[in-house]
Amino acid sequence: MENAEENILEVKDLTIDFHTYAGTVKAIRDVSFHLKKGETLAIVGESGSGKTVTTKTVMGLLANNAEVVEGTVKFRGKDILKMTQKQLEDIRGKDIAEIFQDPMTSLDPTMRIGKQIAEPLRIHKGYSREKANKQALEMLKLVGITNAEERINDYPHQFSGGMRQRIVIAIALVCYPEILIADEPTTALDVTIQAQILDLMKELQEKISTSIIFITHDLGVVAGMADRVAVMYAGKIVEYGTVDEIFYNPQHPYTWGLLNSMPTLDTAKGKLESIPGTPPDLLDPPAGDPFAARNPYAMKIDEQKEPPFFKVSDTHYAATWLLHPDAPHVEPPVEIKRRQEVYKKRLQEGTINQGHIHSTGNTSFGTDDDDAIGE
Amino acid sequence: MARYLVRRIFYLALTLFLIASITFFLMKLMPGTPLNNQAKLTPQQIKVIYEHYGLNKPVWQQYVSYIVDAAHGNFGLSFQFSDQPVSYLISSRIGPSLQLGGQAMIVGVVVGIIVGSLSAIRKNTWVDGTSTFISILGISIPSFVLAILLQYYLGLKLQLFPIADWGGFSYTVLPTLALAASPFAETSRFVRTEMVDVLGSDYIELARAKGLSRIGIVWHHALRNSLIPLVTVIGPLTAAIMTGSMVVENIFSVPGIGEQFVKSILVNDYPTIMGVTMLYSALLCAMLLLTDLVYGIIDPRIRIAGKEG
Repeated sequence: MENAEENILEVKDLTIDFHTYAGTVKAIRDVSFHLKKGETLAIVGESGSGKTVTTKTVMGLLANNAEVVEGTVKFRGKDILKMTQKQLEDIRGKDIAEIFQDPMTSLDPTMRIGKQIAEPLRIHKGYSREKANKQALEMLKLVGITNAEERINDYPHQFSGGMRQRIVIAIALVCYPEILIADEPTTALDVTIQAQILDLMKELQEKISTSIIFITHDLGVVAGMADRVAVMYAGKIVEYGTVDEIFYNPQHPYTWGLLNSMPTLDTAKGKLESIPGTPPDLLDPPAGDPFAARNPYAMKIDEQKEPPFFKVSDTHYAATWLLHPDAPHVEPPVEIKRRQEVYKKRLQEGTINQGHIHSTGNTSFGTDDDDAIGE
Repeated sequence: MARYLVRRIFYLALTLFLIASITFFLMKLMPGTPLNNQAKLTPQQIKVIYEHYGLNKPVWQQYVSYIVDAAHGNFGLSFQFSDQPVSYLISSRIGPSLQLGGQAMIVGVVVGIIVGSLSAIRKNTWVDGTSTFISILGISIPSFVLAILLQYYLGLKLQLFPIADWGGFSYTVLPTLALAASPFAETSRFVRTEMVDVLGSDYIELARAKGLSRIGIVWHHALRNSLIPLVTVIGPLTAAIMTGSMVVENIFSVPGIGEQFVKSILVNDYPTIMGVTMLYSALLCAMLLLTDLVYGIIDPRIRIAGKEG
């Protein structure tokens, strides 16, 4: 990643409200991240944490009741949020494409798959029917559909779930987009197929040099896929860094919880860790750190003031008061300590990947009420 | 496919046979006789007339001979029109009924599809509200009320169209409108529901993500998927429109089958009642069969299932 400094997508201070009958849901609050050319950014979080809303914003596909309160989403320097419907339509499917979670429902049941794959070429590149069909066939071969010449005229119900997801990927990549958003692309598939689809995505990413935003709740999937990881909780990014930093040197108690609840071969039989409690109600988010109520390490200040991002390394930031210089030292869970040992060792060996990332906003340090820190 | 068709036609024949039987006996249970001036006739005369029409035989014999004749396409002679064959009576009057029914279906379904689609695309706006209101009027106002309103305003007040009777195309306008109200309302409601469903589906979201314009999405993906189920409604609706024309044909004095049917019931013209009932039944059954066949052609999922089974 020599030219890695080129950001093709920059999201800054994004805050989105949804107006519902029950009230205003503060779905996304102050979210900033960027995406470099050719890299894969994983956004991890449990359901309702705002991952999907974030990507919908990037696609310009927010629901009607959504309001962008603040922020910018810059694609190649232009703010997507200020674009007209026509400009958005020109970008969608051509420069930014998306893969959805459920391949069983994301294909038009009454249209031949060849036509569905050719459709983006017809709209965006003005290809003739034959030319688009020819390209669609190439794409179908590329995503690994056997006997593509015959199957191009089949309907979606004639394919299995894994095959359908390959077709959805073909549709997404047929125009060689710069950004591919994959919204839990393997969640609806069984595990053996999951690996195939992930491999396919990595392979194609190299071939057509696209950047990927990979949305998932499954950290196990992230490890092999992503270059960088952003952890979201209750509409905010709470920690971000390179894959190694998030996996082996996590700082936020929520990240600890996520990693700790991942079963490993060492996990005692019959015992699965979980994070107690449920995410806060975003109709009325709590004042301090939204994770405080579920956080065994929470301090008084966590309930009063939202933590800013503290710098761990040039590429690694976490929003937790535990990183404040005055905070007491806490013992992370055993599993996390084991991971941090690995990190220290690898850091000495120099095998930890620390990409070059600019710091984003929200990284102000220090606080006025330092004395509030402590139990 | 051929076996499927043979089986369906067999069931169709069976259905028609059952309908014929039930109608026959129900008709015999109706009070009164076909003779409207019975009091003035001598028993001798009545006997002659009954013998002429075979009404003196036991009911079961009448039944058997009727079914046998009907199977050969002979529906007997009308009582009220001095021995005209029922088949001639029907064929000479079916033209206006078919024309009205066809026109009403085309107008109703086409306008219904347009209004229903607009309603779904502009869901929860004034467009949706207005079209819902109009559709509910179309469902709840009986066709005879609508017919009279049309006669009064468009015919009498504005003098745009003839109020009644049968002549050129202009005579068909008001009865067509009166008949079209119900298929319009049914279609627009149905299409709205289907399309709201379709527009919320994942493949429409994917179409949006592909960069299709709003119109492109409706035209290429939403319309086809929401109209396929409409086929199941149109078949029975077409049959219903033909029977619904009984009332409307009477109000507009259209010389169609419906008007004839009402008259026949009033005078106990058994062969004509039977003939028209069988016509309506055959029409409905044929429409249902046609619906299933057409559905198999336009929905790829059904088509394949049929091939395998």
